[in-house]
Amino acid sequence: MIEKTGVPSLEQVKQEFPDKVVLKKPKAIIECYKEIPCNPCHTSCPFDAIFIPEDINVRPKIDFDKCTGCGICVYNCPGLAIMVTQIKEGKILMKIPYEFTPLPKVDQTVNVVNRAGEKISEGIVRKVQLSEKQNKTALIHIELDEKYAYEAITIEVLHGS
Amino acid sequence: MRINKHPILDFPERKKVSFTFNGKKLFGYEGDTIASALHAQGIKHLSDSIHKKRPRGFYCAIGNCASCNMIVDGVPNVRTCITPLKEGVDVRKQDGKGRF
Amino acid sequence: MRRVEVAIIGSGPAGLAAAKPLLDAGAKVLMIDRSDMLGGQLTKQTHMFFGSEKQHASKRGIDILKLMVDEIQYHENLTVLTETTVVGLYQDRVISCVKHDEYFKIQADYILVASGASEKSLPFENNDLPGVYAAGAVQTLMNVYGVKPGERVLMIGSGNIGLIVSYQLMQAGVEVPMLLEAADTIGGYLVHASKIRRLGVDIRTNMSVKRAIGKASVEAAEIWRLDKHWQGIPGTEEIVPCDTICLSVGLAPLTELLQQAGADIKYVRELGGNVPIINKKYQTSLENVYTCGDVAGIEEASSAMISGEIAGLEIARSAGYKIDNIDQHISRLHDDLTNLRNGPHGEKIRIGLEKVGVK
Repeated sequence: MIEKTGVPSLEQVKQEFPDKVVLKKPKAIIECYKEIPCNPCHTSCPFDAIFIPEDINVRPKIDFDKCTGCGICVYNCPGLAIMVTQIKEGKILMKIPYEFTPLPKVDQTVNVVNRAGEKISEGIVRKVQLSEKQNKTALIHIELDEKYAYEAITIEVLHGS
Repeated sequence: MRINKHPILDFPERKKVSFTFNGKKLFGYEGDTIASALHAQGIKHLSDSIHKKRPRGFYCAIGNCASCNMIVDGVPNVRTCITPLKEGVDVRKQDGKGRF
Repeated sequence: MRRVEVAIIGSGPAGLAAAKPLLDAGAKVLMIDRSDMLGGQLTKQTHMFFGSEKQHASKRGIDILKLMVDEIQYHENLTVLTETTVVGLYQDRVISCVKHDEYFKIQADYILVASGASEKSLPFENNDLPGVYAAGAVQTLMNVYGVKPGERVLMIGSGNIGLIVSYQLMQAGVEVPMLLEAADTIGGYLVHASKIRRLGVDIRTNMSVKRAIGKASVEAAEIWRLDKHWQGIPGTEEIVPCDTICLSVGLAPLTELLQQAGADIKYVRELGGNVPIINKKYQTSLENVYTCGDVAGIEEASSAMISGEIAGLEIARSAGYKIDNIDQHISRLHDDLTNLRNGPHGEKIRIGLEKVGVK
C-alpha cells in the first residue's frame, strides 16, 4: 500500500499507462497518486498534453494523443514522478530522471529496479541527456526487455567512478 | 567525510584554514563553521553535559539549540555551528557550563 | 540608539520576500540574520520546489534564493546585519542584538519577525549522543558545508523533510537503509516517498527508535514496532547498524521574541506549537509588529514566501507608501495561499489557522 511503503500497486501503475498499442510511440507516464499543490508538468509541457486546472492540487491528466514523449516534464517534475516509455520490437525504451553522480555512460549495462527498489533486470544505457535547461536533472535512456514494462522504474545508483 | 562530487552542488577548492582542537593542530576550509570543520575531521563530541558529563554533539546546526557550545579562544558557550572558522582559532571541548 | 524604518528579523524565504515590496515602495529596510549568509534554510534546499510558477515551482531552492537575493541586495535602502543574533524584543519596538562580542540596541518604526522555526527532538534513550542529529542539521552540514554527517543514516520521520533529506543524503553518497514513521501512514508527499523507496530505502510505518547505541557517538540504533497509542511493543526490537540517527519529527515556531514583547500567543498543535495571534495583514497584537513565515505557523517554504510578500506590502501600506493596485495584488496573494493549502496536505494548516482566527 503506497501510503505505508511508498510502493504503488500494480493496478495503480497500470492505470497510468495507455494501451500498449499507444506505446509504439514514446509517452509520458505520470505517477502522481495523491493531490499535492504542484503544476510544473502542466506549465512546462510545450504540447499542452498535461492538464492541471486552476486548483493546482488536482492530479495531472495526460492526453496521450498530444504527448510526444519529449521528456521535458520528466526533468521539470519536482517529485521526479514522471518517466517516458516506449515499446518497440520486444523492448522498452524508457527515459528516466537521474540526479546522482557519476552519470552512467552510453552502452553501459545497469541494474534496473522496480518501485520497491528490487533489481529486476539488466538494462542498457542508450543515451544520457543533460543540457543547461535541465538544471542538473539528467535524462537517462534505458533499453530492456518488454516484459518489464509495468515494473521498471529506475536504475540502481552507480557508485564511484 | 568531505563530499567531493555532488550531482547538484559544486564544492570548489577552497583555501585551507588551520586551527587547533584541544591543542591539536587541524585544518578546515574557508567557508566552514567551526562545527563543520570538526565534523569533517570525524570529531562529533563537542562538549560534556552539565550534570552527568555525557558526550554532546551538535543538534540543529543553525544556532537554535546550543548543543554545539564550545570554548573558542577562551570564550565559553560559543555556538560553533554558526561561528565561521578563522585562521589560528583555539577551539576546546567544553566541560559543562563553561566559565568566563 | 540607532533608529530604522523597518527591521526584518530573519532573512529566510519569508523575510527576503517581505523586503522586496518594502524596498520597491521606498522604505528603508534593515535585515538581521544570525548566520553569516542570507537565505535561512533556503541555503540548503537543493531539490526542486512544488507549487506553481508564481512560487518558482520546479526551480531548486538554492536557485530561488539567488533570484531573491539578486533582486534586493544592491538596493540603496537595504542594510544587512549578518552574524547578528536578536536577543530581545520590547514593546516600544526596541530590539537588542549581539554581533560577535558587541551588544547594541535598535529602535524601529516597524518590526517584522520572520524568525522561522526550530527542529523538534524525540525522547528515547541516548538521544543526546553525538550522531543523533536533526534532519535540517544534516542538510546544512551536507549542502552548505559539503560535509557528510556519516556513512549510514537511519532516518526517523516521514514528513517532507525526512523524505527529502533521505534523498539528499543519497545524493551526497551516504547510505540510508531505513526510514521509520511512528504513524500509520507516510506523512509527506507520496512522490517523495516513492522516489526514495525505489532507490532502496526501506520505509516502515508504525515503527520508531527505542534507543541509540554507542559510547562517544552513535554506533547503532535499536528500533521497535509501535502500537496504536504509539507505545513500543516489547519483543519487536531490531538492531540497525548506523553512525547517524536523523530526526525529522517536526518543527516548532521560534516565537520567543514575540512572547518576550508580550504579543498574544496561542498554542495550536496543527501549526507546530505556540504561534502569535495574527490577522490577515500578518499584524500581531503589538502595534506595528508584524510576522510571517514559519514563526506564524509551520508550512512549506512557498507559503512562507507568499506570507512574507503580503506582510511586506501591508507594512508599506501602513507606513503610508502608495503602491499601485495593492488591493488586487494582496488579494491575489491570498488566493495563491488558499490554493497551496487546498489539498489533503493543507488540511492541518487550514484547521490551525481557523484556531488562530485568521480567515
